[in-house]
Amino acid sequence: MEDKKLYTVAVFTENRVGILNQISIIYTRRKLNIETLSVSPSSIEGVHKFTITAYSDQPTIDKLVKQIEKRIDVLKAFYYTDDEIVYQEIALYKVPTPKLLVEPNMEAIIRKHNARILEITPEYTVLEKSGHYEETQSLFEELKRFDIRQFVRSGRVAVTKCTQEYVTEFLEKRNQRKEELEEEWKHQ
Amino acid sequence: MSNQITGAEALVKSLIAEGVDTIFGYPGGAIIPVYDVLYDYQKELRHILVRHEQGATHAAEGYSRVSGRPGVVMVTSGPAATNVITGLSDAQMDSTPMVVITGQVASASLGSDAFQETDVIGITQPLTKWSYQIRSAQDIQWAVSRAFYIATTGRPGPVVLDFAKNAQLEKVEWNDYKKCNYIRSYIPYPEVEERDIDAAAALINAAERPLIFAGHGIELAQAEPELKALAEKAEIPVACTLLGKSTIPTAHPLNVGMLGMHGNVAANIATTRADVVIAVGMRFDDRVTGDTSAFVKQAKVIHVDIDSSEFDKIIKTDVAIHGDAKTVLQKLLTKVNSKKHTEWLASFEPDARIEQEKVINKDIFATEGPIGMGEVAYKVSKATGDKAVLVTDVGQNQMFSSRYFGFTEPRSIITSGGLGTMGFGLPAAIGAKFGAPERTVCFFTGDGGLQMTVEELGVILEHNLDVKIILLNNNFLGMVRQWQELFQHSRYSQTPMINPDFKKLAEAYGIAAEDVETREQLDGAIERMVAHKGAYLLNVNIDPLCMVYPMVPAGARVDNILLSREEKYEPQR
Ligand SMILES: Cc1cc2nc3c(=O)[nH]c(=O)nc-3n(C[C@H](O)[C@H](O)[C@H](O)COP(=O)(O)OP(=O)(O)OC[C@H]3O[C@@H](n4cnc5c(N)ncnc54)[C@H](O)[C@@H]3O)c2cc1C
Ligand SMILES: Cc1ncc(C[n+]2csc(CCOP(=O)(O)OP(=O)(O)O)c2C)c(N)n1
Repeated sequence: MEDKKLYTVAVFTENRVGILNQISIIYTRRKLNIETLSVSPSSIEGVHKFTITAYSDQPTIDKLVKQIEKRIDVLKAFYYTDDEIVYQEIALYKVPTPKLLVEPNMEAIIRKHNARILEITPEYTVLEKSGHYEETQSLFEELKRFDIRQFVRSGRVAVTKCTQEYVTEFLEKRNQRKEELEEEWKHQ
Repeated sequence: MSNQITGAEALVKSLIAEGVDTIFGYPGGAIIPVYDVLYDYQKELRHILVRHEQGATHAAEGYSRVSGRPGVVMVTSGPAATNVITGLSDAQMDSTPMVVITGQVASASLGSDAFQETDVIGITQPLTKWSYQIRSAQDIQWAVSRAFYIATTGRPGPVVLDFAKNAQLEKVEWNDYKKCNYIRSYIPYPEVEERDIDAAAALINAAERPLIFAGHGIELAQAEPELKALAEKAEIPVACTLLGKSTIPTAHPLNVGMLGMHGNVAANIATTRADVVIAVGMRFDDRVTGDTSAFVKQAKVIHVDIDSSEFDKIIKTDVAIHGDAKTVLQKLLTKVNSKKHTEWLASFEPDARIEQEKVINKDIFATEGPIGMGEVAYKVSKATGDKAVLVTDVGQNQMFSSRYFGFTEPRSIITSGGLGTMGFGLPAAIGAKFGAPERTVCFFTGDGGLQMTVEELGVILEHNLDVKIILLNNNFLGMVRQWQELFQHSRYSQTPMINPDFKKLAEAYGIAAEDVETREQLDGAIERMVAHKGAYLLNVNIDPLCMVYPMVPAGARVDNILLSREEKYEPQR
C-alpha cells in the first residue's frame, strides 16, 4: 500500500446549483476527509473552480477524480501533488491588543513571518498571513502565547506549474463542436 | 402569435416530442396539474397506473431493457418520490435509461417542511446520472430535452426531474421543441483513439488463448452483430456476464457460458488460462471476479468501455479503449486477423463436461426426488423455443432461470444485476410486455420476491397482460438459506416462509393459475401455460433445500468452485 499523501484536486464546473453536494458525496463514499476546500468563479466566465485537498493514495485519488469528472455538470477535474502546483492559503489571527503591547519584540515576529496587520483597536488586533500550511501554522504557534481569540485558515488555492491550459483548450474544442452541430442542424 | 400553455401541458408536449408513448406512474397532489393534462392526451400518451411507485420504476426498467428506449415514470412528491429510490438505484447500477418525473411543492414553499415535501434532489443526486429541479415553466423544454439526452446517451442511466407545482401551473410560450444534442460539459461518445485500437489488435493477433467477456454494454450499444463477427473472425470464445447473456445466442459454438459466482465452470476456469482478455461493456463486478487480486492475473487485459471511470477501477488494464462498444468493435474488426484457435477451444471441453455431469444433468434431467428449479427453467425455455424474454426476480430463481434459459435473440434477459433488488421481477415483466407486446414474456420468481411487489398483479388484471409467471416456490428465502446452509451451519434464521395460497391469489386478480406438485405434472402444466392466451401463474412446488451450483464462494478465487454439497472442482490437467 502506497503511503497517503496530500492531493490537490481541481474541479472546473458549470455554475449550477448543487454541484458541491455532488462532489462531496464522492469523497464521502470513499471515506476521504476533505482537508481544505475553496470555491470561486474561475478566470473563465461562467466556470467555477473547486480546489479540494485530501490525504489519499494515487490509485484512489485517480478513481475519485474520474468519478467527479463523470458528473454531468463537471467540465474537467485534475489532481496534483504539491510539487506540480503553486499554492497558497491565507490565515487571520485575532489577538488581544493589550497582550501584544507588552511584547518587546513584536516587530521581529511580524517581519519574520512576513505578516500584515489589518486592524488595531484597543481591544484586539487582526493579523494576516498567507503561505503554506506550515508557515501559517508557525505564526499561529508563535502567537499562541498572546492568547489568540480567533484563528481561521482558508482553503488552499492553487495554480498549476505546467504550461498547457487544459480547461481553456477543452472549452475551445467544445465550442467548435457546438458550432459544427449548429451547422449540421441548419442543413437538415 | 402567442401560444401560451401551462407548464403541465408543456411537460406533456415535451414528452411526446421526445417520442414517449408510455408512462408508468401514480398521481397525487403535487403532480395533479400534469395528470389533468394527461386526461386530454390519452391518445398520444398511454399512462399505466401501477399499484406502488416502486413498481413504476421497475416497469420502466423492464420496458427500457427490452426495447432500448428510455422508461418514463411520473409520480407525486414526498412518499411517492421516496418510493422511487430503489428503482433509481437499480437503474443506475444496471445502466438503464430512465426519466423519472416527481411532483414537488411550489417553489415558494421549498425548504419549509411543507406538506409532502422531500429533498428529492438531495436524495437522488448520489444515485442518478443527473437530477434537476424545475422551478419555473420557462425551464421545462430545456430540462426535459437535457434529461432525455443524458439518460439515453453515453453510459445510460436514470435522470430525475423534480417539478415544482408552481411551474406546472405557470403559463409559458410553447415554441417548436428542440431535442438536446449538446451539453458543453458532457461528452457521451468519445472519439476512439486509433492507437488504442492498434494496440488491442496487436495483442489479439498475437494471442494464443484469447477470451472475450461480453457484458451489458454490448446490448446497450446494440453491438451484438459486431461481437459475433469479431468472435467468429478470430475464433475467440465468448464468456458472458449475467447481464450480457443474450448478446450472443446460447447455442453459438463460441459461447462458453456465464462468468462468475454461479457461472459456468469452463468459462471461469478459462479466465485463469487465457493470455488475452477482451472485456467489452462489462465492469468486473465482484460477482464476476471473485478475488480481484487473482483475477485474470496471467492475461493481458483489453477493456472496452464508454465510461472511462471504469478503467482500472477493479482490474488493471493493459489497453483501455474508451468508446462505444459498437464503434470500437467495428474498428477492431478491420484490424484483427482471421485465425483459428482449435486447441484453445478444445481445452474448454473437459471442464464443460464436468459441469454437465456433476451439475447440469442433475439439475435438469433428474427423474426422482422433488422438482428442482433448473428443470422448470429448462423446460419453459424449450417450450417457448428459446425465444422468450426472460425476466427474473432475485435469488436462486434468478440464477437457475438465467443458467438454464436459452437465448436466441438480443435483449432477452431482464434481471436486477448490480443492486439485486427483490421485487424487481413482476413490475419489470409488466414493463417488458408493454415494451415488446409481440414477444412472450416469462417471469421467474421466488415466493419471497413475488410478495415484495405482488400488488402489481393489479396491472396485469387491468390490462389483460399476457405475462407468464413461474413461481419457483421453495417456501424459503432460498438464496439466503443456501448461504446459511453453507456458511452458518444451517442455522435458518428468518428464512422459512409461511406462504399464502398463490393460486388463489392469482385467481383473485383474474389470472389463470395452476399448482404443480410433482414432476409428472410439470410438462402438461407448462404446455397449458404456453398455450394459454393471457397471464398464467405456475406455482411450482420446489425442493425446499435446493442449491445453486456451481458456486464460487464470495471473495474466493474463481477456480475455487463448489460443484455440489460433497464435491469441489479439481483442475482437469
Ligand atoms: C444473486 C446474484 C448473483 C449474481 N451472480 C452473478 C454471476 O454469477 N455472474 C455474473 O456475471 N453476474 C452475476 N450477478 C450480477 C452482477 O452483480 C452484475 O450485475 C453483472 O455482472 C454486471 O454485468 P455487466 O458488467 O455486464 O453489466 P453492467 O453492470 O450493466 O455494466 C455495463 C458496463 O458497460 C458499459 N457500457 C454501457 N454502455 C456502453 C456502450 N455503449 N459501449 C461500451 N460500454 C458500455 C458501462 O459503462 C458498464 O461499465 C449476480 C447478481 C445477483 C443479484
Ligand atoms: C429488497 C431485498 N431484500 C433482501 C435481499 C436479500 N436476498 C437476496 S436473495 C434473498 C432470498 C430470496 O428468496 P426468494 O424470493 O424466495 O427466492 P429464492 O432464492 O428462494 O429463489 C434475499 C432475502 C435482496 N436481494 N433484496
